[in-house]
Formats: sequence, C-alpha cells, structure tokens
Amino acid sequence: MRYSAFSIFRNALSGNLTWKSQWRKPEPKPHYDVIIVGGGGHGLAAAYYLAKEFGIRNVAVLEKGYLGSGNVGRNTTIVRSNYMLAGNEPFYEFSMKLWEGLEQELNYNVMLSQRGVIMLYHSDGQRDAYIRRGNAMWMEGVAAELIERDALKKMIPFLNYDNARYPILGGLLQRRAGTARHDAVAWGYARGADRHGVDVIEHCEVTAIRRDGGRVTGVETTRGFIGCGKLALAAAGNSSQVGQMADLKLPLESYVLQAFVTEGLKPCIDHVIVYGGGHFYISQSDKGGLVFGGAIDGYSSYAQRGNLATAEHVMEEGVSMIPGLSRVRVLRSWAGIMDMSMDGSPIVDRTPIDNLYVNAGWCYGGFKATPASGYCFAHLIARNDAHPVARPFRLDRFARGYAIDEAGVGPQPNLH
Amino acid sequence: MASLITCPHCGVRPKEEFTIRGDASLMRPAPMASEEAWHDYVYVRANPRGRSFEHWQHAAGCRRFLVVERDTLTHEVHSVTDGAVLATRSGR
Repeated sequence: MRYSAFSIFRNALSGNLTWKSQWRKPEPKPHYDVIIVGGGGHGLAAAYYLAKEFGIRNVAVLEKGYLGSGNVGRNTTIVRSNYMLAGNEPFYEFSMKLWEGLEQELNYNVMLSQRGVIMLYHSDGQRDAYIRRGNAMWMEGVAAELIERDALKKMIPFLNYDNARYPILGGLLQRRAGTARHDAVAWGYARGADRHGVDVIEHCEVTAIRRDGGRVTGVETTRGFIGCGKLALAAAGNSSQVGQMADLKLPLESYVLQAFVTEGLKPCIDHVIVYGGGHFYISQSDKGGLVFGGAIDGYSSYAQRGNLATAEHVMEEGVSMIPGLSRVRVLRSWAGIMDMSMDGSPIVDRTPIDNLYVNAGWCYGGFKATPASGYCFAHLIARNDAHPVARPFRLDRFARGYAIDEAGVGPQPNLH
Repeated sequence: MASLITCPHCGVRPKEEFTIRGDASLMRPAPMASEEAWHDYVYVRANPRGRSFEHWQHAAGCRRFLVVERDTLTHEVHSVTDGAVLATRSGR
C-alpha cells in the first residue's frame, strides 16, 4: 500500500481497520542470492538498495530479535555530516544527502528535522580546531558556520556562558544537520525492501556459517539451514561473534553506550547542542522529552544496560552546560552495544573469504550513516567493488597504515 | 556492572577508582616478530562475549596494573589479580 494523505483519509473513514502490515512475515527459503545478517538500520538499508538500485531481489535479512530492537532503536537520533578527515566527510555528506531525500524515496515519514547541530567551544584553542573542521567541511562542499558568543547568546540564551572552567565562547553550526525518527528509519527501510521482494526474517539467529572450499555456502540458524550465494554481515555490537563463525579477525571491541530521555516539556531546545567541555549532546523530541547522551561506559560489555556512574557523569555535564536541566526529571534510560573499532571509523569491505562481506565498526556514529552505509554496502555486495565514498573504510587499513582516527587517540577503542 | 572491585592490595573499592586499559589476554610479540604478529597484537581483538580478562589500573589507589576476570554479558567479576603476580605465575 502506498501511503498518502488520501490513504489516511480513507482509512480513517473505515475505522483504521484496513491498514495492511508493513512487511510480510515470510518463512525462510532454502536459498538466497544474498543473505544479510542483522536486521538493523544498516542491514535493512543494504537490502533495500540491493533490490532497488542494484537489481538483486532474491535477498534475505536475518534478524535475531524483532526489527529495530538493536542500535537503530537505541540511539539519540542525530544525523549530521560535520566530520573533519577527508576519509570520513565525503561519506557522511553522501549520507546527509540521502537523508534529505529519504522520505520521498521510501514513501515513509522518517520525521527528518534539519534543526541544526551546534558544537560548542570553550577555549581559543578549541575555536581554532572548530574553524579548521569547518574549513575541512567547506573543502568537501558542506556548509559550516562559526557562531561567536554574542550571536550564540541570542540563538540559545539558556546556556551557562560564564562557567568558570568551561566558558562558552561560541559554536560550530551545521544547519542542515538535525534529527530523524530512528524507529521509522528501520520500519521504512524494512517496508521498502519488502516491497521490492526482500524477505525480512525476524527471530532468526545465525548460529554458524557453513563453508566449502574457502567459500561461504550458507548459514545455520535457529530456523534451520539457509543457503546463500553471498553473505553480508551487519551485526553491529555482535560483529565479532558472527565474524568468529567464519574465522574473521576483526579490529573491534564492544562497549555499552547509554542514552536518556526526560519527561515531556514545552518546546525549549531548538537545535542539537553538543558540549565541548566533555562528551554530551542533547535535543528535544517531538513529544517534548529531552533526549541526551554522553560517552560510552569505559569497559567492554554486551549487556545492553549501563552503569550509574556514567549516568551521573553524563548528567553532570548536561547541568554544567544547561543549569536549568537540574530541574528536569529523567524518564528512562537505555543502552546499546557499540562495535568500537581501533580508529573510531567503520569497516565496509570484502574479507579474505571470497563471498563474505563485512559492515561493522560504526562505534557510536552508526545512525547518521544508515542510508549511505546501506547504499555503499549494497554497491560492494552487488559489484564486488567499493563505492567511491566508502573506499577508505577498508578492513586492512590498519596493517597498511591508513587508519582514519578522527579523535586522534590511537588504537584504544574505549577512548574513541 | 558490579560496581565494586576487590583490589588485592587495597581491598574492596568502587570501580571509579580504576582506569581500564583493555584486553589482558594479548601477548606482546618479540621486538623483531613479523609485522603480522605486531598488527594482530595492536589491532585485532577477540572481543569475547562472556568471560574476559582486562587490565585495570588502580589509578586512585595502589596504582598497580591488575588483571580483572569479568563476564562481559553479566558484568560479574570472577577474580582480580595483580598483573605482575599473574605474569610470573604464567611464566610470561
């Protein structure tokens, strides 16, 4: 069913009883041309673009839980393309452009809100660093604006400008950046992929990868063996586990990242605001809740729940940036498992096994990358050749000395 | 996450006193070992889902490097041993 204003009107008149489910619940077929492991945003987007752009429709997406149960439903919904390094910025800008057309593309309301992302600076040195980053963005054709203190005060009056330790001197603004409704992104891609013939199979966990003569022949799952021509892994926090089934050596460690939402408030925060004195970012959802998060908990974990010390630290950062936050009550918190790579940048590449492809290492920047990651992964699977903007994200870049270390902290995943 | 770590030198302490360095199961290769051995040591991780060994430095205590045996799925702490003691015991 194609969604339109007319379909809403017609279904309202029939008591909303005739809406069809958005995707089928197919039984797995014995064999697919391509199997994608992981029904998160990236896996579903890859399946969608494989079917739509690259003409490979005999595709299955295997998800061990329900759709959207992983990181695609656990992030803080921020989309942006304000990276500095030449290996990253073209890719994220490609993603930003796909975001801008995504609702028309999918015929689905992903509630993209280009409200602007502003990253605050608190010292002259940090200002210089943001000017450099802004210039790097302009070099790739992406608009960035430096907002000085007085102008910022008019724009966002409620910040703690005169904090003794971290006075707010201004910020770097990307106006095209913003937020999107994360669940809708997963559902929209699932529906789009399904409409192009992709089988989206939920509650089907891969337990082993079957190989014959150096090639993958299929996967053992909780719903039986499924054969495949090509196997693509998009398993996020569990990439190491799935990779191990094919003896892949991956430069990943899994960490837990928490996010929080407060009680609903009247509209008060118009942008996404990123604190420069620590690691803290906040925006307001359409329901009014303030959605915020910080850095990962420092220890490796697969638990999908965080530690109170980190929660306290994140909220301290928030209150030091916006003192009024201390009056707001937190409604709930949740956590997801991040596949932290050794340089903080992702991997979208072939593997030593001919027909096995890997998409992993998104750290905690995976949501904004969803459309481009899916597109580039589909390109790689279909043509056996990397998409130009994803070419730097090679699996062997560490051995070859081409790490893309945006934070500049070296191979220490819990610091990225 | 178990929020208390039993340091063999300082006793039961909150985990915020510790700095986490990472995987303790890796063995440093010989200086002239192959590039591949060094690459694997620096970049490749087993990333276990379950029991794991990590270096935790007791930064706000004895400042010793400890090896914490921990479950990454349940966050249960199984053992905490001084890194040097463990290295001697395992003949590293």
